[in-house]
Amino acid sequence: MKKMSKKNKTNLITYGMVLVFYLIMQGLMMSGHMSSLMKGLMVPLCYYMILAVSLNIVVGASGELSLGHAGFMCIGAFTGAIFAVTGGKNLPPMLEIVIAIILGALVAAVFGFLIGIPVLRLKGDYLAIVTLAFGEIIKNVVSAVFVGLDSAGFHFSLKDSMSLNLLEGGEVIINGPQGITGLPRNATFTIGIILVFIALFISLNLLNSRHGRAIMAIRDNRIAAESIGLSVSKYKMMAFVISAALAGAAGVLYSHNLSTIQATSKNFGYNQSIMILVFVVLGGIGNIRGSLIAAVVLTILPEKLRFLSDYRMLIYAIVLIAIMLLNSAPKAVQWRSQMLDRLHAKKKVKEISKNE
Amino acid sequence: MASFFSYLINGISLGSIYAIIALGYTMVYGIAKMLNFAHGDIIMVGGFTVFIACSQMGLPPMVGVLLSVVVCTLLGVTIERIAYKPLRGASPLSVLITAIGVSYFLQNAALIIFGADTKSFRSVINIPPVSFMNGQVNISGETMVTIAACIVIMITLTLFINKTKAGQAMLAVSEDKGAATLMGINVNKTIAVTFAIGSALAAIAGVLLCSAYPVLSSTTGAMPGIKAFVAAVFGGIGSIPGAMIGGILLGVIENFAKAYISSQLSDAIVFGVLILVLLIKPTGIMGKVIQEKV
Amino acid sequence: MNKNENLLSVENLSISFGGLKAVDNFSIKIKKNELYGLIGPNGAGKTTVFNLLTGVYKPDTGSILLDGTELTGKNTREINLSGIARTFQNIRLFDKLSVLDNVKAGLHEHHKYGLLDSIFRTPKLKRTENEMTERALEILKVFDLDQEASYMASQLPYGKQRKLEIARAMATEPKLLLLDEPAAGMNPQETAELMETIRFVRDHFDMTILLIEHDMKLVSGICEELTVLNFGHVLCQGETKQVLNDPEVIKAYLGE
Repeated sequence: MKKMSKKNKTNLITYGMVLVFYLIMQGLMMSGHMSSLMKGLMVPLCYYMILAVSLNIVVGASGELSLGHAGFMCIGAFTGAIFAVTGGKNLPPMLEIVIAIILGALVAAVFGFLIGIPVLRLKGDYLAIVTLAFGEIIKNVVSAVFVGLDSAGFHFSLKDSMSLNLLEGGEVIINGPQGITGLPRNATFTIGIILVFIALFISLNLLNSRHGRAIMAIRDNRIAAESIGLSVSKYKMMAFVISAALAGAAGVLYSHNLSTIQATSKNFGYNQSIMILVFVVLGGIGNIRGSLIAAVVLTILPEKLRFLSDYRMLIYAIVLIAIMLLNSAPKAVQWRSQMLDRLHAKKKVKEISKNE
Repeated sequence: MASFFSYLINGISLGSIYAIIALGYTMVYGIAKMLNFAHGDIIMVGGFTVFIACSQMGLPPMVGVLLSVVVCTLLGVTIERIAYKPLRGASPLSVLITAIGVSYFLQNAALIIFGADTKSFRSVINIPPVSFMNGQVNISGETMVTIAACIVIMITLTLFINKTKAGQAMLAVSEDKGAATLMGINVNKTIAVTFAIGSALAAIAGVLLCSAYPVLSSTTGAMPGIKAFVAAVFGGIGSIPGAMIGGILLGVIENFAKAYISSQLSDAIVFGVLILVLLIKPTGIMGKVIQEKV
Repeated sequence: MNKNENLLSVENLSISFGGLKAVDNFSIKIKKNELYGLIGPNGAGKTTVFNLLTGVYKPDTGSILLDGTELTGKNTREINLSGIARTFQNIRLFDKLSVLDNVKAGLHEHHKYGLLDSIFRTPKLKRTENEMTERALEILKVFDLDQEASYMASQLPYGKQRKLEIARAMATEPKLLLLDEPAAGMNPQETAELMETIRFVRDHFDMTILLIEHDMKLVSGICEELTVLNFGHVLCQGETKQVLNDPEVIKAYLGE
């Protein structure tokens, strides 16, 4: 009973931190104390937070390394963008982005499910490399297709926009590698933060339920989990699909923050997936609040420390390796548990002396 | 018909490079049971070493190649010692993330040292092309050397593993680390030797890759590295002939996909092959069934 | 169901790995509420029998019948839902979950609410979770673990980890409990305590228990019937006293 309230308390602190962060940033913006460069970072901060939190569901809770998270972001981004230039064109901005987010999340969830069927049959390194493969395939296919819309409906081509054979009045929607242009830029910092809250709400509540417990039990010991009747495939899939849906929503935010989106390696390639993974690892695998903090710090810090900009990625790499060695090397783990034991022993001695 | 042969030969040539990289992957995976994500970036280091030695310092090509082999071997062994060895016995997830960190480190260190602009690499191979079918099919010197190098490396490696003590030790460690230790084999040393050989091969692959596709940047090795891993899985991870066959098949598939389907989609098709192989025959063409201990 | 009826009846179970018969023509009948022991030298195939009974391995031949339900060919999850729970020789806990959550994971299939209840934290979730916590603490109390409910499972000392594994298995409300060397690595005092606990579980939960054990004192102390396995096949079967005095059994254990 006591533990439940403790969990709720930590969750409240997490929500509170996001709220305080929002108020400070909003205050700085309103009072004109924020550079235009920083202003431009506010929406990206939001989608990076969502991406980090959602990846942490797969890596932290489900214990599988996904290197294709940017692929789901890509699907969300393009779904949202297609809606923005078609059905959502004449809608009020607020309504447009809400529908776009729902659509983006749904389509990403469907792809998460379809990709999850083969991927979740694999384990460990193979699973990681196949998620990477799927991420690259999504990015490549999206940048290779041409999609047009006219009165007869959607047209597709792999060659060029001319071979879409659009009727008069038809429009090219995805122009191959040039992507989608003429986007409305409906995303705002406030919408972004609301989405962060929703993503947090879903993730924290999921993990703090019987479903989350099952997901983490399977992570800790698959064979034991099966032996007590848990469905491994169901719960691995649940984590994977929810994570994909949230990444899709983040992608919609991304595409609604730009006037043009392209499926380039820089935007949606595996390096982007690895960047998100860096947030998760630096924030602490399995630690949702840590993911948020890491996403914010690692997005703002380089802008604040311009003189370090060349060394930014190098420093990330070194920190990444150092954290893994300190957290996972058997010798380091042993040393840490010894220190913990000593601490516990001291505590116990104190408690006993108190009781006496 | 002539163009078909051109694509085929270019595919075999590209595939031979994949094969040489895949050999490094497959040996390390077979013995250390880890996916060395940074393997591809060692190719890049090999390329830059030759670039500096030959294009900038004017050393003869052979010296440049030797130098790059030495640099990459030392680098591979150092990485293993600092980043991977302490993690022996840790979860595969930690090891893989660390390897990604090493890959990131190498790419960004190269970016800082050599700059962001792409270097044009001068081929170190000086052999005139050969023509067939009345000049319709040309085989470049790079292609011939690449394919020859691939064959020589495979034969040497097979002999090394079957005929030398160090090679037998590798086989033993890949079968069962614990039993190998009991038999008096120094497991740590064997793993270090494996990394050394893999990295030396990566250096050679780097030189060949940059000679055939004469551009060089900090990310040059990343994609070929990942594709070579695909090749290693395709052929059956842990198998030397498998890496060879997988590499060459993948190169041919990629080149045909580029020529006949879509150059935009060729990477997607290569990755599609990986997914299909893992779903249909996870052990690859030549792989052994690895049983998971329950 | 009649007290003397068989809860588990296994007929002619066989499996081979690469030509080697690991278990050969294994048959066993266990009556309801019985405490049954499976013993035999190292490598006799005892754990393989457990893996066959719980669907980790699929048998080449033979049938498994639990309380009239055919279990042959079912997977581990289905078999647990049909009523067999087990522990493992090398302890398999959910290391990073709390002791309480380990047991609550065992209650998972018996206390349900949907994904939407989870995400919106509905009253149904709160009610069900409270029930689960209550029930889990009850079970933990039986094993004298309720004081450690909030500890991480990996922080427990070895003996308590073994008990937690039994607690988690019991949470799935099995008809038959399989214990794989429950006393392994325990000192004599811990073993004595464990014997008490096993007896208590049998009486308190009206449980049927099949256990693998090396500790002869434990086996002769609590098991009513025994099956001795040697090189994959049944050497001897029957009442504990008789079996332990069988010359074949003594030969298998002590050698010639």
